[in-house]
Amino acid sequence: MAVIALERRPAPSAVWRWATPPLAVLLTMLAGGAMFAALGQDPLIAIRTIFWDPLFAEQFASYARPQLLVKAGPLILIAIGLAMGFRAGVWNIGAEGQYIVGAICGAAAGLALYPADTRLILPLMALAGALGGWAWAMIPALLKTRFGTNEILVSLLLVYVAEQLVAAMALGPLRNPEGGGFPGSRNLARWESSANPELIAGTGMHWGVVTAFIAVIFAYVIFTRHLAGFQIRLMGEAPRAARFGGVRPGRLVILCFGVSGALAGLAGLFEVTGPAGQLNIDFGAGYGFTAIIVAFLGRLHPIGILLAGLLMALTYIGGELAQLMLGLPAAAIQAFQGMLLFFLLGVDVFTNYRLRLGRRRIA
Amino acid sequence: MDLSSINWLLLLASLMVASTPILLAGLGELVVERAGVLNLGVEGMMITGAVCGFAIGFETGSAVWGFAAAAGAGAALSLVFGVLTQVLMSNQVATGLALTLFGLGLSSLIGQGYIGERGVNVPDVPLGPLADLPVIGPILFRHDAVVYLSLLLCLAIWLFLYRSRAGLVLRSVGESAQAAHALGTKVVRIRLTAIAFGGACAGLGGAYISLVRVPQWTDGMTAGAGWIALALVVFASWRPWRLLLGAYLFGGLTVLQLNLQAAGVALPVEYLSMAPYILTILVLVIISSGRGRAALGAPAALGRSFHAAA
Repeated sequence: MAVIALERRPAPSAVWRWATPPLAVLLTMLAGGAMFAALGQDPLIAIRTIFWDPLFAEQFASYARPQLLVKAGPLILIAIGLAMGFRAGVWNIGAEGQYIVGAICGAAAGLALYPADTRLILPLMALAGALGGWAWAMIPALLKTRFGTNEILVSLLLVYVAEQLVAAMALGPLRNPEGGGFPGSRNLARWESSANPELIAGTGMHWGVVTAFIAVIFAYVIFTRHLAGFQIRLMGEAPRAARFGGVRPGRLVILCFGVSGALAGLAGLFEVTGPAGQLNIDFGAGYGFTAIIVAFLGRLHPIGILLAGLLMALTYIGGELAQLMLGLPAAAIQAFQGMLLFFLLGVDVFTNYRLRLGRRRIA
Repeated sequence: MDLSSINWLLLLASLMVASTPILLAGLGELVVERAGVLNLGVEGMMITGAVCGFAIGFETGSAVWGFAAAAGAGAALSLVFGVLTQVLMSNQVATGLALTLFGLGLSSLIGQGYIGERGVNVPDVPLGPLADLPVIGPILFRHDAVVYLSLLLCLAIWLFLYRSRAGLVLRSVGESAQAAHALGTKVVRIRLTAIAFGGACAGLGGAYISLVRVPQWTDGMTAGAGWIALALVVFASWRPWRLLLGAYLFGGLTVLQLNLQAAGVALPVEYLSMAPYILTILVLVIISSGRGRAALGAPAALGRSFHAAA
């Protein structure tokens, strides 16, 4: 009987490695189009509204184009940190929690000094935000290295704790005393010392985006030129060989969690001082989870993550536009993003295997 | 705070109801992991089960159809994971995460029209004269059918894993897929079946939340129950009876926390709501720190892809 069989490639195919993300995007558009059709939309119009109109339609572009960097900034910043861990087989999937805690710590540091007027406050807040995210990430990392506790579960469960924590803060200690009893902190974007404004008008560029670009460059150098990058890869691809080669797994776990936590914390801080403006009950917007998709879609490579982050940002903006123009539900975009990761993981089989048309053999 | 205002009898009676979702989902995941597959998509399958169960229950007016639809939806979604990880050999951790992310989006998409609706009634099934026993009656014997079903399922899974040949084969696949394959076992087929079973159980667990516990549909209503179920499997060292114990222990503490909220403890609600998650983390730490005892119970091939080299 002639069957299609999979045969493992001696080495992963470099061509397929970079061909799979665009292919996955294409397949997602097809499947997503079918989903939109099932929701009673014209699939072509829906896809165009999501992927084309935000950038190129005259009436939307002036608003939507700057949003691209605003949304991509935190995604890229978080995904860069996550990619480092994923390469080493260290699974930090609680970046959402680290993002939230970073925002809480940063905002608290700034609000403690309110209404001081000095340029030093935003850098101080950024430091506090990074430390907050780092500390939150150290919980699963230390539990992993000290007790062997599963880091996937701990980091994820801490997201739910962080969500409750931000609600408690927005209703309690950090609530705006002049807010008339409404939940939420003071508006940090309107206080000059803490504001993280748009740096170049009409681009959406703020300090968080700048930090994201710097992180991309640093990650590129570390991954390709530095011993730590090599050890991370070795640990992920051949843990036993890594151990014989003198890599200390515990230290890598701490390093990967620390870096990704600090970057997620920074992303949270720049969000709360800029686009979000204030710390409120619903501060967590899911960037920490979407960043996981970004990291994989970008093949855990800094440049890939940069592109993937921009693409995912586009689906956010396009999704909002489709909600506005077509009445497409917000959840459809979330399902769409999840689908993208499915297709990517699915077509990735071609990277490691080749198809063989052959006869069935007794294995 | 007034502790005497807590009705301890009611608290114990609601314990089983609170535990059932995580028990069901945990039992399913236990079988999946015993077959050597780590499916991190429990949360996504639970929430999809919750919305499908609620929607179908609402449309048909029948809780039975609701639960059946939930199990079907959970199994269908889990098979997406199954095909990706078993046939296309994708990374199990990443695919499980994708399943959760997709399930959360899909569920809120399906559930839009059902927000605020009142679900179908799931009747309690008092077990004859047992239900009239003082104290024990209301605690143990006046629940709905799904509670009893979950207990039977626990027994059935124990019998299957330890007292049947098929169970032995399933465990061998989880310990060493290569060896099982060499003996002529259909590794992929067995794993796919286990994954579908796990998905159906997670779907049932989710539907129990939306049809009995709450009973309503709200976005993201499983609120991490799937992750807690995953943690329970580790807590149970992959053994069904210990999973039951863990689920009830956990359910009891959840109910106590809710009662403390109602009794007006001088602590903001948010801090009390953190308790289940922090507790789960503590339990994981205690279990894993006992000199690798958790490692002893873990199936050796857990999370590894299997490709039958020709």
